[in-house]
Amino acid sequence: MNGIHDMGGMQDMGPIQHEKNEPVFHARWEARWFALRQAMGAWRKWNIDASRYQGSMIPPVEYLRLSYYERSMAATVELLIKSRLVTRVEIDSGKRALGSAKAIPVPTNNSV
Amino acid sequence: MDATRRGFLKTAVTVASAAAAHDLAHAQELAHDHIHQAVPSDPTLRVKALESLLVEKGLVDRAALDTLIDTYEHKVGPRNGARVVARAWVDPAYKQRLLTNADAAIAELGYGGQQGEHMVVVENTPKVHNLVVCTLCSCYPWPVLGLPPVWYKSAPYRSRSVIDPRGVLREFGLELPEEVEVRVWDSTAELRYLVLPERPPNTESLTEDTLAALIARDAMIGVAKVRFPQGDTA
Repeated sequence: MNGIHDMGGMQDMGPIQHEKNEPVFHARWEARWFALRQAMGAWRKWNIDASRYQGSMIPPVEYLRLSYYERSMAATVELLIKSRLVTRVEIDSGKRALGSAKAIPVPTNNSV
Repeated sequence: MDATRRGFLKTAVTVASAAAAHDLAHAQELAHDHIHQAVPSDPTLRVKALESLLVEKGLVDRAALDTLIDTYEHKVGPRNGARVVARAWVDPAYKQRLLTNADAAIAELGYGGQQGEHMVVVENTPKVHNLVVCTLCSCYPWPVLGLPPVWYKSAPYRSRSVIDPRGVLREFGLELPEEVEVRVWDSTAELRYLVLPERPPNTESLTEDTLAALIARDAMIGVAKVRFPQGDTA
């Protein structure tokens, strides 16, 4: 795919913003989202290629405007729905569908 | 992307939309089909809602989320990579193993796992300087460097490293002589790179631990060199 994500060689993207003593996360929501993404990845419903492909489907203007974690959220929510872990209605309402089965979390692999 | 640049892009989009509101509305409609809810209006609220939903559905455990955050904020980071590099500097046999089979050599120090399953270590010398990028996304060797900094995932770094690496290095304050060859390594989903920086001069008497403390993240990505503070005696 020759989309916006394929950035190698593009010009005029501006100067690199090198931040001294950069924190691992710049806001708590980034940390919470990162952990959620990893924990949902542990269900093994998609692999890294599927995840990257989904990220590359974000429309170019949005892709450039959103931060890394915002893009990650947009893409992963689609994967959650595609893999039937949640429904779009649940995502939009923020509530578990009435009568739907409750899962038991899978262990996350922290052996890094 | 930092706040200023995002602010700039946001402004640019707003101006464009004022000029062509109809076109933008149409584009947004297409975008909506393309990927639903691509724009979280307020990320804090959105993440809270997602977390509640996923916990309610029994898909995630809050304690596991806390552990994941703690792991990447406090346990996995460039300190790990620095230990690998320092060991390679003091132990030639280890360095050889690191350059020929990085995964096994890194595992010797107890590091490995997710987003670092297939590692390649590239050595800087007086004649060769290595630089690592992921032009397509954000691939980075997590077990040895932790999570990547924002600039590594940003459009300017991803786009320019492969056509103007010397210019990129200059932006980081590193001017390389013309005769030094620059090699740029574009990471993939599977293959992750770690730069083995040059050991600074006059550090022969330093211990492995002291050396490790000198080695910063940027040198292991290849946008900096390891410096031994001037004036100190080794």
